[in-house]
Amino acid sequence: MSIQPTTGALSNVSLEQRAWNIRRKALLMGEVQGQGYIGQALGISDVLATSYFHALDYRPEDPEWEGRDRFLLSIGHYAIALYAALMEAGILPEEELETYGMDDSRLPMSGMASYTPGMEITGGSLGQGLGIAVGMALGLKRKLNPAFVYNLMSDGELGEGSTWEAVMSAVQWKLDNLICIVDFNNQQADGPTRDALAVGAEAPKWEAFGWHAQEVDGNDLGALVAAFDAARSLAEPKPRVIICNTTMCKGVDFLEAREITHFVRVEPEEWAMALDKLEEGRPA
Amino acid sequence: MTLDSMARKYERRTRPAQKTATSAMIASLAAEGYETVSAPFGNALVEAARRDPRIVGLSADLAKYTDLHVFAQAMPDRFYQMGMAEQLLMSAASGLAREGFLPFATTYAVFAARRAYDFIAMAIAEENLPVKIACALPGLTTGYGPSHQAFEDLAIFRGLPNMVLIDPCDACDVAGMVPAMLAHDGPVYARLLRGKVPSVLTRHKPDYRFELGKAQLIRDGGDALVISSGIMTMRALDAAEALEADGIGLAVLHVPTIKPLDTETIVAEARKGGRLVITAENHSVNGGLGEAVARTLMLAGVSAPFRMIGLPDEFLEAGALPTLHDMYGLSTKRVVEQVKGWL
Repeated sequence: MSIQPTTGALSNVSLEQRAWNIRRKALLMGEVQGQGYIGQALGISDVLATSYFHALDYRPEDPEWEGRDRFLLSIGHYAIALYAALMEAGILPEEELETYGMDDSRLPMSGMASYTPGMEITGGSLGQGLGIAVGMALGLKRKLNPAFVYNLMSDGELGEGSTWEAVMSAVQWKLDNLICIVDFNNQQADGPTRDALAVGAEAPKWEAFGWHAQEVDGNDLGALVAAFDAARSLAEPKPRVIICNTTMCKGVDFLEAREITHFVRVEPEEWAMALDKLEEGRPA
Repeated sequence: MTLDSMARKYERRTRPAQKTATSAMIASLAAEGYETVSAPFGNALVEAARRDPRIVGLSADLAKYTDLHVFAQAMPDRFYQMGMAEQLLMSAASGLAREGFLPFATTYAVFAARRAYDFIAMAIAEENLPVKIACALPGLTTGYGPSHQAFEDLAIFRGLPNMVLIDPCDACDVAGMVPAMLAHDGPVYARLLRGKVPSVLTRHKPDYRFELGKAQLIRDGGDALVISSGIMTMRALDAAEALEADGIGLAVLHVPTIKPLDTETIVAEARKGGRLVITAENHSVNGGLGEAVARTLMLAGVSAPFRMIGLPDEFLEAGALPTLHDMYGLSTKRVVEQVKGWL
């Protein structure tokens, strides 16, 4: 069965539930392993819910279906979040959640294409996803395949020169089948992204390079739906970027309130507390 | 800074004054006496691409200097000019391979090995994708200095799992390696000889044909065995002819595939006792063919006397190629001298 793009037919309530389910699964995986990039996972869940339950065309039973929209996880350490989304989408069985990060698991801590159905690329060496996406978008055009390529990258990757090589190339080749999603949570390994290389407004930079750029609240499902719809339906022959300003640890208030770092420490007893806290916010 | 200290700072190694044309700095291999073939890589690729629609070509602003322009002219809609962006070149090639294409990505060996390494490692080799990387100016084939001289590319790529490495000697190897690269289901890095490329191997061994993963004995001899790759096989063959006049028998085992190495043939030849074993490579003596052969012989328990011809562990000078080949021991004359000195 193919899940058709729904272009707004799904209500925000339903997407809200999807996002909540993704958060819950990510927390359960974090609990299994006692660690994980849970801050990023909670922050990006709304973007993943919008991607997998509003925008992307795919077949859960056939993750390599030729007609699928390609979703590239450039940020390999966000794997915990994508696994949760892939389980929610029926591409991965939910039982595998118990194996997260363990020996012989298909769910390694950093995403790798050869381990996991639905994981298109081996991310983790940051700054590679967008260039690969350019190649895939060129390949799809060569095959006259109308699928989109989505590349999910982090704000930290804006510091990699290779990102900007790909930004220029996507314009050169008029890649209107390429949608880049930037998770702007303003946090990279050593501190705020704004204190490193990503200085100044982002959308104007991408626009100056020739992209169609939108900047949205990445935890506002309504705004995300509108942005994805605009990106997919744009007639202009140019690549599209959606810069999503997200809040790390979104949905678990005591973690949100914690001094946020790239790797959010969660004490052993706090995983259950976090799940309880999430439960309080379960969509009606 | 005084004029005196400035003179010292910029002093180059003293050597006999040379007046060599600038053109000799670019591509002349000083292969006197050999016929040449024009753009064997580009022409072989066009031929292969006529049969296989999955083949596409990409370059990072060096199509003209890797003979990929021949392909670009013949099949413009299958050529991607990626601009001066080697990291993008490799990741885009990876993306095209994921979509079922067989991309040939070309640039200079220095840029692939040094600048784009992480992209070749993670976007291509880690997933064993069939991206074919063909790179010009291997080793000491340009006088432009270290920015263009890839004297350590093989050392860099030998550490990379899944990667097949080819160091061709001549036009026959270059033309022959193209279908072989395609037939291999995985990534390949090939050193490229471009422009007018000498035909060497078939003159010495008329039935020679490139075979991936195979070392081939081009000539036999009783005093020393040269195990060589790339243009150093040409030097070894020329040296063998010169040494024959002095009654010295030089066998030449050509090893165009550096990885996987044909250890069986190498060990079998080296085991034929009583011969000095010499490796010869257009590459640093660190991490290339010589060390690979040394390890092979050690592991096999072959204890033949062993010498290496290769580039020294230093950044090489700029200048005219013939001068540099003499200086660094890669010219036929210097190979002859070195072999005589060791025997």
